[in-house]
Amino acid sequence: MHSNAYTFGFAAIVCAICGIIVAGSAVSLKDRQDANVRLDKQKKVLSVAGLLKADEDITPEEVQKRFADNIEVKVVDLKSGAYAKDVDSATFDQQKAAKDPATSAVAPKNDAKVLRLPTMATVYHVKKAGKVALHVLPVEGKGLWSTLYGFLALEQDGNTIAGLTFYQHGETPGLGGEVDNAKWKALWKGRKAFKDGKPFIKVIKVHTGSVTEAPYEIDGLSGATLTARGVTNLIQFWLGENGFGPYLTKVKG
Amino acid sequence: MAAKTKEILLDPLFTNNPIALQVLGICSALAVTTKMETSMVMALAVIAVTALSNLSVSAIRNYIPSSIRIIVQLTIIASLVIVTDQVLKAFMFDVSKQLSVFVGLIITNCIVMGRAEAFAMQNPPGASLIDGIGNGMGYGLVLLVVGFFRELFGSGRLFGAQVFSLATEGGWYTPNGLMVLAPSAFFLIGVFIWVLRIYKPDQVEEN
Repeated sequence: MHSNAYTFGFAAIVCAICGIIVAGSAVSLKDRQDANVRLDKQKKVLSVAGLLKADEDITPEEVQKRFADNIEVKVVDLKSGAYAKDVDSATFDQQKAAKDPATSAVAPKNDAKVLRLPTMATVYHVKKAGKVALHVLPVEGKGLWSTLYGFLALEQDGNTIAGLTFYQHGETPGLGGEVDNAKWKALWKGRKAFKDGKPFIKVIKVHTGSVTEAPYEIDGLSGATLTARGVTNLIQFWLGENGFGPYLTKVKG
Repeated sequence: MAAKTKEILLDPLFTNNPIALQVLGICSALAVTTKMETSMVMALAVIAVTALSNLSVSAIRNYIPSSIRIIVQLTIIASLVIVTDQVLKAFMFDVSKQLSVFVGLIITNCIVMGRAEAFAMQNPPGASLIDGIGNGMGYGLVLLVVGFFRELFGSGRLFGAQVFSLATEGGWYTPNGLMVLAPSAFFLIGVFIWVLRIYKPDQVEEN
């Protein structure tokens, strides 16, 4: 039998060694991981803007170049809809801001189950020939199991949808996970987000037909009623008065 | 000695498979096997963790006070799992996003701790390392077999490449929705065990 002192000493040494290994790996790999997360977001912004095809395999440098050439990052004050002046858009982190009490508030009760709302949010301007062609807005909200994080691209009229994509979610693969299906995402293109000034776009359960036949409705996903409902809720929330509503009103002029 | 090493390495594949015979590690086998790619990475992650945890536990086996041996094993395993998770996030970002929490859940995979306690505590580091790799491979084998059938029949693909042309895209194959859900892995593992026991009747349990 070992003495108590030996046991405690042994436990302390094992903890110290394991602690050093874990902390060492976390710290030394952090830059790489952060770069991956940033790159992944940039890729998604490019793809929702139609600047990156799904099966296109390009290097991280090319992604960065394409992003820098075509996209301008802006920070918007959600309440007024105006561009925030004293914030550096390159370093602004909306998800961090949503957690900080100084830059966020408890969100009003909403169907998208967003708990905290940042006072400011990122908007990506996709430029074409020096003009803003698309507004890419970050959206998030609860699906069935998880919070879905994604981007919604609107054309310059602030009403016509150019695309929708999610970069992070934990929905059932094959069912709710089909929100990543390129064919389904293509259904969003060209539909209208607002009717009579209110967010009206929604995912429904029956076949909806073409853009002209059903401008406000998206054909749902089989076996994913709750995820689809979540998508409707989160899109409507972020287009609404608590989300990017004021900003989009300004855009429309 | 060489024959014994081979036995330690290859036994867990069919003769003493951790999932099929010992029925350990079922939970993650259900969760990550919808695709071949995730199955493959998960298998490699588990092999790495079982091998290294066996090695390190065995290296200090004579010094571990028996009263705290389980928690010491768990500390080592947990550290290795976190390191694995960090490495995946840094070098295989897309796959690690799909595996999400299940890499972290390797900690709770009974195979890892089962081998540390049953084998590494009694055997020298070399043999323990081999045993860890072998058991990781036994687990990985089942994952790949299950992943193969689930991806092929659930979405008509293998490693993400379309194999069957889908009915939704004008082809002939209607994907089997059950295959993408976790319960299908239960059926497949059941079938795997059944087939295995036809060839190895000594694994059949007596009532």
